[in-house]
Amino acid sequence: MHAILASMLSGLLPPALIAGGGGGPVDDGPVAAALKYAANWLTEPTRYSVGSILALAGVLYFRRFFSKVWVVTVFFALSTGFFVFAFQDPNFNAIITKPDNVPIIILFVTVIFFSWLSLRRAVINDERTKRGEPTLEGELAKQKVFTWPDLVYSEFICLVLFTVGLVVWSILITAPIEEPAATARTPNPSKAPWYFLGLQELLVYFDPWLAGVVLPSFIVVGLCAIPYLDTNPRGNGYYTFEERPFAISFFWVGFLLFWVSFVILGTFLRGPNWSFFGPFEYWDLHKLEPMVNVDLSTWVWVDLLGKPRPDNPFVREAPGIVFLLGYFLVLPPLIGKTVMRKMVEQMGMIRFNVFMHLFLWFVLIPIKMGLRWTVNLKYFIGMPEYFFNV
Amino acid sequence: MQKLFKYVRESQIWKSVFRHGYPNTPRNRTLAVLSNVFLHLHPVKVRRSGIRLSYTWCMGGLTFFLFLILTLTGLLLMFYYRPTADRAYEDIFALREHVPIGVMREMHRWGAHLMVISVWLHMYRVFLTGSYKPPREFNWNVGVILLVLTLLLSFTGYLLPWDQLAVWAITVGTNMARATPLLGHEGPLAAALSFGGIDFIHAGDDVRFGLLAGRFVGEGALLRFYVLHCVGFPLVAATLMAVHFWRVRKDGGISGPL
Ligand code: HEM
Repeated sequence: MHAILASMLSGLLPPALIAGGGGGPVDDGPVAAALKYAANWLTEPTRYSVGSILALAGVLYFRRFFSKVWVVTVFFALSTGFFVFAFQDPNFNAIITKPDNVPIIILFVTVIFFSWLSLRRAVINDERTKRGEPTLEGELAKQKVFTWPDLVYSEFICLVLFTVGLVVWSILITAPIEEPAATARTPNPSKAPWYFLGLQELLVYFDPWLAGVVLPSFIVVGLCAIPYLDTNPRGNGYYTFEERPFAISFFWVGFLLFWVSFVILGTFLRGPNWSFFGPFEYWDLHKLEPMVNVDLSTWVWVDLLGKPRPDNPFVREAPGIVFLLGYFLVLPPLIGKTVMRKMVEQMGMIRFNVFMHLFLWFVLIPIKMGLRWTVNLKYFIGMPEYFFNV
Repeated sequence: MQKLFKYVRESQIWKSVFRHGYPNTPRNRTLAVLSNVFLHLHPVKVRRSGIRLSYTWCMGGLTFFLFLILTLTGLLLMFYYRPTADRAYEDIFALREHVPIGVMREMHRWGAHLMVISVWLHMYRVFLTGSYKPPREFNWNVGVILLVLTLLLSFTGYLLPWDQLAVWAITVGTNMARATPLLGHEGPLAAALSFGGIDFIHAGDDVRFGLLAGRFVGEGALLRFYVLHCVGFPLVAATLMAVHFWRVRKDGGISGPL
């Protein structure tokens, strides 16, 4: 039954989605080859991350342009075109069509669509507010309607459409099952479930105690703290950008960049040994990335002072300890007294300090990434004796 | 036909279930919501702005609906699945061969992926509309716990097929716990908990051992994850969802400009 239905419906999908492809070298025309080369080049983690930050900043700054309907339409049309083109490539095909990767595509599309939608409404609302008109929501909020039928019906319609979609998906794509568990055979790559791949990506830059324990705890604590830290009373109950530019930008960077885009990076662009592979690159088990990272202590003692590193770990790591103590203890009061003076007055000392510490942890991530890319920094503080590496 | 409907509507059975006429008058519409335990999670009247799809994206509702689908399909899967190291894989494998119209596993798996996505998008929407601001601070926090629970539900379920993907994803995930400060045997400060040469924290008693009921992902971990996945987390999540919905109402309904 299942098989018959699946084969009936399978005619509707591109054949590649069902067959799934292998990998290997491909013969391309010059244009296709150039496109693929460009895609592989652009998605290299450094360029990927820097590019995403620039793209986010650009979208927010030119939000009036990017919130236009035709812009998003063109964007999705181009993406679809690229996808159709890319499907022909066996390497791209092999990872995109893994059944468990379909949700990541859904994530990609929905997150972009909803970000665009919220931006659009924010732009419209901000313009209306400037003209002294009520927001889109404000206009409708004056009217009250009965739950039955207005709300119940739309809930019901959503529910039916959604169920149909899920059932069709379930018929089309069978849930995969791999070989039986074997604790002796480690697959390569070994990946965490996809929603934790952002954290696994951080493992490139931080040790597990930070990437796997401390930073996730701070994410949860930070999320819980948001309502108590954000004292700006405006922008409650409607989309806006201009009334809370910092909050929105911050969440965009945190959620879109460091969470969603890293999930996508981890799913599609990280292969064996967690090495980077471009979307059109073959997942070669033997691809090696040179490890040339140095600790801050080596850099200071050996390169700068021309001495061997001291034996006592606390003396040896003093530069990193001083740096991080300064970062976490001196920076907040310094900023509070100067640049963000107003903010301290608005929030109060306690709020400001909690906020700053969470914020500094967050900022430490891009700082360390940048230092890794530019000067190959391994650890600020490297004390393997105590499993204490930052 | 008309007559038949009328007859059914006026029968004692119908009237014992529905205590109001067809909801086409204000009075009956009010009663329809008030007298139904499920619908009365909603207020009788709502602001038009709050029910617009372009405002809520229906993501909270979708998350809840997915939770219901997952409960139902999960229950059906439980009939066929035994959480032991030598049965689990076979049972899942057999589902494909032996169960007619076998979409239960598919719906459960794809639905679970979707629930993670929809709960993220729901949080995103709540943030972007500033709906965590007073008076909804507490409900945002309930939401954060629900978010964590959703991820934990998905994570514990990931192990149950007992194939290579499952076991190694959980191995990678739980390896982190080894490095917990103080409580993991490879974490900072764990060595500080050592007295007279005896380590208090070692591979046989740290947090990871507690999570997995062993030093690696084995039979003990499977049972532990199974119980949490099928009973523990769903119960907590369902309870918190009730609190969450109740608070949406008590905090003045879906947020909107004042
Ligand atoms: C299992 C997870 C969850 C379920 C089933 C759920 C369900 C819902 C539903 C049905 C609503 C009504 C409005 C809407 O659909 O948007 C709602 C509102 C709300 N949710 Fe959730 N939610 C969940 C997780 C979360 C999370 C992760 C957060 C935030 C971190 C959150 C914070 C809120 C807040 C603050 C409201 C009130 C919004 C308003 O008044 O506009 N919830 N939730």
